[in-house]
Amino acid sequence: MNFPILSSLILFPILGALFIFFSKSKSNQNLTTKYLALFVSSANFILSIYLWYSFDPLISEFQFLEDRSWIKGFVNYKVGVDGISILFIVLTAFITPLCVISVNNTIKNRLKDFLVAILVMESLMIGVFCSLDLVVFYLFFEGGLIPMFLIIGIWGGERRVYSAFKFFLFTLLGSVLMLVAIISIYWMTGTTDVTYLYSIGIDPKYQNLLWLAFFSSFAVKTPMWPFHTWLPDAHVEAPTAGSVLLAAILLKMAGYGFIRFSVGLFPLASEYFVPLIYILSLVAIIYTSLVALMQEDMKKLIAYSSVAHMGFVTLGIFTFTQQGIEGSIFQMISHGLVSAALFLSVGVLYDRAHSRLIKDYGGMVSIMPKYAIVLMVFTLGAVGLPGTSGFVGEFLILMAAFKKNFLVATIASIGVILCAAYMLWLYKRVIFGVLLKTELKTLTDINKTEIFILTSLVLPIVVFGFYPEPILNTTEVSIRNFIEAYNININLMVNK
Amino acid sequence: MINLNYIYSEIFLAIAIMTLLIIGVFKKNSSNLVYNLSIISLLISLALILSFPINESINLFNDSYRIDYLSTFMKIITISSCTFVMLSSNKYIQIISINKIEYPILVLSSMLGMIVMISSNDLILFYIGLELQSLALYVLASFNRDHLPSSESGLKYFVLSALSSGLLLYGCSLIYGFSGSTNFFIIRDSLTQDSYGLTFGIVFILVGLAFKISAVPFHMWAPDVYEGSPTSVTTFFAILPKIAALTVFIRFLYVPFLNLIEQWQIIIIFLSIASMLFGAIAAIGQKKLKRLIAYSSIGHMGYALAGLATGTNAGIQSSISYITIYLFMNLGFFSCMFMLRREDKYFEDIDDLSGLSKNHPLLAFSFLIILFSLAGIPPLAGFFAKFYIFSAVIEQSMYFLAVVGLLSTVIAAFYYLRLIKIIYFDSSKEKYEINHNLGLKLSLLVSSLFILLYFIYPSWLSQIVENINII
Repeated sequence: MNFPILSSLILFPILGALFIFFSKSKSNQNLTTKYLALFVSSANFILSIYLWYSFDPLISEFQFLEDRSWIKGFVNYKVGVDGISILFIVLTAFITPLCVISVNNTIKNRLKDFLVAILVMESLMIGVFCSLDLVVFYLFFEGGLIPMFLIIGIWGGERRVYSAFKFFLFTLLGSVLMLVAIISIYWMTGTTDVTYLYSIGIDPKYQNLLWLAFFSSFAVKTPMWPFHTWLPDAHVEAPTAGSVLLAAILLKMAGYGFIRFSVGLFPLASEYFVPLIYILSLVAIIYTSLVALMQEDMKKLIAYSSVAHMGFVTLGIFTFTQQGIEGSIFQMISHGLVSAALFLSVGVLYDRAHSRLIKDYGGMVSIMPKYAIVLMVFTLGAVGLPGTSGFVGEFLILMAAFKKNFLVATIASIGVILCAAYMLWLYKRVIFGVLLKTELKTLTDINKTEIFILTSLVLPIVVFGFYPEPILNTTEVSIRNFIEAYNININLMVNK
Repeated sequence: MINLNYIYSEIFLAIAIMTLLIIGVFKKNSSNLVYNLSIISLLISLALILSFPINESINLFNDSYRIDYLSTFMKIITISSCTFVMLSSNKYIQIISINKIEYPILVLSSMLGMIVMISSNDLILFYIGLELQSLALYVLASFNRDHLPSSESGLKYFVLSALSSGLLLYGCSLIYGFSGSTNFFIIRDSLTQDSYGLTFGIVFILVGLAFKISAVPFHMWAPDVYEGSPTSVTTFFAILPKIAALTVFIRFLYVPFLNLIEQWQIIIIFLSIASMLFGAIAAIGQKKLKRLIAYSSIGHMGYALAGLATGTNAGIQSSISYITIYLFMNLGFFSCMFMLRREDKYFEDIDDLSGLSKNHPLLAFSFLIILFSLAGIPPLAGFFAKFYIFSAVIEQSMYFLAVVGLLSTVIAAFYYLRLIKIIYFDSSKEKYEINHNLGLKLSLLVSSLFILLYFIYPSWLSQIVENINII
């Protein structure tokens, strides 16, 4: 057997976290702890790049498979990646070191615990993206609640307890129904192995109910309208690094889950529920964009924009076309980068002026010019301007949607305009205008660390905007195969 | 000739109780000695069980005493958890000065009663075991006699328990009257479908047993007794009688009355759903840790009963796995409680946990994993316990039970989260003392590691439990 690279990706951050947890804590050793965490997460990133490098995009089967007996005769520990999941692993491993660097300014107390929580979180999220067994997936999916609950609750703002509870209970409620569905699938088919389930298919009689059970979990996590109410609260109260993790990776777990499980396992039910998904996605796109327009809190605005962007993702997935799913994955990766960047940018302002309200700022361009430039790139990335990664994803999704349903696509396009409206208006109010508040004049421009973090996000956003090939190449074959399997399944079951 | 090899541990315990009593009476100031000796005798009786491994089921004393995988496994977990309880509460009983010689002896007698219950295959023998266990517990509950709530809880437990024992005996007599025997095997063979008397008998016995494991609606005693008794006794209450009563539940329902499953299944389902929901909702408003854990244990018994309601071997096995994991979680929880000590005073309010994570990060972390495990969040042991239960329940297509059970875990998660919130998010108070005795540290370490690392190799428990086939 080859080197178990996926298990190492999962285990390495946990081991680092354990090491940090049991190391003696003294206030002057904070720096050492941070470097240790940085080392662990960067090493994991390099490992994930190696994984991407050695991944063969021309094979549609799962690669780097590991299959071990875990609960005897019941569940196997099975992990593997294909073109759909590998990019999320790279994204996770990329975002985590940035979070670790960014804690410099934001986390004042209990830095050690925070780093432990972030590393554990990384492990669990990588686990989600590469598990190929429903129970193993559930284990990672739910396990992520624990560190995230602590991150929001310990280091959040004023209403942190409320939002931590809301986050935890909402997601738990969604997930327990999924657990019932997973166990039912086991008793129906005798396995929870995803690849095996793909090949044998699930009885169409039960698909709708099972689909709804999975949907209840993913819809909360995505979040789709009307289950999105936990997200703005959780975001506003989470510390910057927490928001970044939440927006960049946690939300992607559900989008990924939709592709891998909802569509993959229950093709007939997915086809059946297309109208539901379209309507909810459209409401999410239009309604939350309008809500975002009215926000006074910058983090809340970005949080609502996340809901709108995830609406595009679900729309794209349920077109069941090559462009749609490719676009959704691209959109998720791009949104992971852009929203992480936006939250970090808000964090930059918040560290200096301790306010997240838009009206407390204005005219920042004259005192923080460098900041204004990078924020411009991120804003345009969120808007989806050609030349940024945001464009590719939205374009592909809309193209697929126009093929499927003209009306839906038209309404979704309005969302793109609304998105431009609230993002540009936000930018205008914060960056341009006259510098009215005198206390803002003392603010300094971004320092070297911040430049490093933000540039490392500017680069992929721009590069993937002009040259999306690496991502599209990686996903192409897997998605084509996935859609073929989907169509074959549909035809088989319809003929029956 | 009766093969006595397999009941050496019972015989040894009985002799040890009497010997220790003599030592305690004749030797002055021997409470510590007796305490330590009783721990040793528990270990010896454990060793006696382990040294005679069984290959097949054995019946003794005209089929009234049964040694099989079920009884052996349950005896092992009861005796070892009793050892841990005694190790962890050693210092506690010294500090609140209830370290009299009677204390360990009563614990041992109750232990003996439970072992008899676990192995009993006959209504009379089962009742004898139950009464031996309960009588010792009445005294233990009111052991801190200068403390008013303790006496109150002992009295309350005694009165209510006597009532339930009465019902139980009435049920036994009905069953004896309609089937002509008290032996489980003979009852099974003489069973006819249409005897209502038997059904009544089953119902009465179920009421008595439900009282012992504090299932709703026979749970009223639990919160008061848990709160009033000394914490060391509460630990005992929360773990041991439940294991014993659950074993009797299994044996009573599945050996003689499996064929009447339509009669009792609905009762068990009701008990299970009511306990899960009530345990989850009632715990939300509590202010005392011991009351909270009382309601939480009511809820957990609901899950264990859900496994029993299935009527399959897989269901029984899942219940047994559940109770095993539950035992570790409760042991850990109470060990944490024993650590909340400052200047010879123990703190038992939920607010006393406030900000624990700043002063005692390791203790807070143990609390964290124990509470998340009680809430059933993966990857901790508590999740697997629920997973086994629900997979057995769903196998029988009892979706309603599964969905209600899982929804009540969401409600229950709320109050566990509240504790975590208080430990981790609130501002800290004064530090607690950290010089704990080795036994307490050991039991906390064992239970926390068990909960945390269970997911690495979950098969070991299921492999042991797989051997238990009652049907």
